[in-house]
Amino acid sequence: MTGWDAFVFSFLNLRVLGEYWPSILEGFFVTVELAMLIVVAGLALGLVLAVIRAFGIRPLNWLIIFLVDLFRALPPLVIIVLLYFGLPAAGLSFSGFAATFLSLTLVLAAFSEEIYWAGITAVPHGQTEAARSLGLRFLPVLFLVVLPQALRMVIPPLVNRTIAITKGTALGSVVAVSEILGAAQSSVAFSSNPSPLTLGAIAYLILFLPVVIMGRRIETHFAKPFAR
Amino acid sequence: MTWEDFQAAFLEWSIVVEAWPILQAGLISTILLSVMTVPLGILGGIILAVLSRAESRWVSIPLGIWVDIFRSLPPLVLLIFIYAALPFAGLDLGAWGSVALAFFLNTGSYYAEILRAGLESVPRGQSEAARALGLRPAPIFFLIVLPQAVKNVLPDLVSNTLEVVKLTSLASVVALPELLYQARQAQSVTYNATPVVAAAILYFIMLWPVVRLLSRLENQKIAANR
Repeated sequence: MTGWDAFVFSFLNLRVLGEYWPSILEGFFVTVELAMLIVVAGLALGLVLAVIRAFGIRPLNWLIIFLVDLFRALPPLVIIVLLYFGLPAAGLSFSGFAATFLSLTLVLAAFSEEIYWAGITAVPHGQTEAARSLGLRFLPVLFLVVLPQALRMVIPPLVNRTIAITKGTALGSVVAVSEILGAAQSSVAFSSNPSPLTLGAIAYLILFLPVVIMGRRIETHFAKPFAR
Repeated sequence: MTWEDFQAAFLEWSIVVEAWPILQAGLISTILLSVMTVPLGILGGIILAVLSRAESRWVSIPLGIWVDIFRSLPPLVLLIFIYAALPFAGLDLGAWGSVALAFFLNTGSYYAEILRAGLESVPRGQSEAARALGLRPAPIFFLIVLPQAVKNVLPDLVSNTLEVVKLTSLASVVALPELLYQARQAQSVTYNATPVVAAAILYFIMLWPVVRLLSRLENQKIAANR
């Protein structure tokens, strides 16, 4: 075999790919499902926490800040391992899917809370004062005046952080979730040929390359009006 | 479950004492790994960021594609590919080498994006003035432009560095004996989840100051932009 033939045999082996592409396609849908659940739950939970923080109840805020710091400081894989391999000792068993979902949702909630909060504090105080002087109460001021401006400001960092955390779904392979990477790895084990990993990498590019490029577009689009 | 049961399963001090030599070895590897991967990523980032300022489209377009590809691949996928697939092509880097290459490619691309934005934020007049004073290109870049660029994107750089240190936990997947891997080993030896909790606490102690610093830097940035 020449070098090129050996390369194709190992990394783009059509016989192996023909046999295993359905399981990687299944993994693709598992990744999409997991990612969408994490994005929805994480961003919603983060917003709820940021809104609660806006009420300014001291002890509650300290608790939120501590939890946010905790989930920003811990590596996601450590949280997943703790939930999946640790909690059964407390009689609580999670599936790999549930452990990955819960871990990454908490991580995304923590990061997004911090971003939402930054946006809320960046809205000039005069906005709140003007709204109050027009007779609006605390909640309408928060939801109708402050939040809409804050959310617009934080879209770029929020999108980029969400993409970065969503890629963490690949960590599910460590706790036996058959998402793209997990499916590709078991296909490699069955076939003793690494071609499924090539296909897995391509699947990730198909999924995330458009999102990464969109994130960059959003960043330049939204950055301009706010640049000094 | 009573508090005593919970404590015995997750916070048993005698287990921490027993597992400490294993955890300590892991902690040292994690620190070594961070000391290795952060400079490697920054180096990769500087190279890519400088190259991406090239006038020629033949350089900047392939470079943009390169950066986007490595930002799109989850780091674990890249690591597994390098560790498990490349040996079939005769390239066996081992656990440390695989982690080094994966981090160079992945985190280098993230640092590149940040540094590129930083370099673009430095007015052209700065390097023109430096050249007028007779400085050569290398001193202009390293003494005039780069320090200002770094200052302008400092929160993003710190944030990315935090992520890189957290990412070193992925090395456990390729059996590199860093903190998480060692904690799992200790868990299987002691039949107790305490070592994993202890590892989580160690990560938190190491990284909490960085998270606090980051919050302060970000708040300063917001205050400055207001």
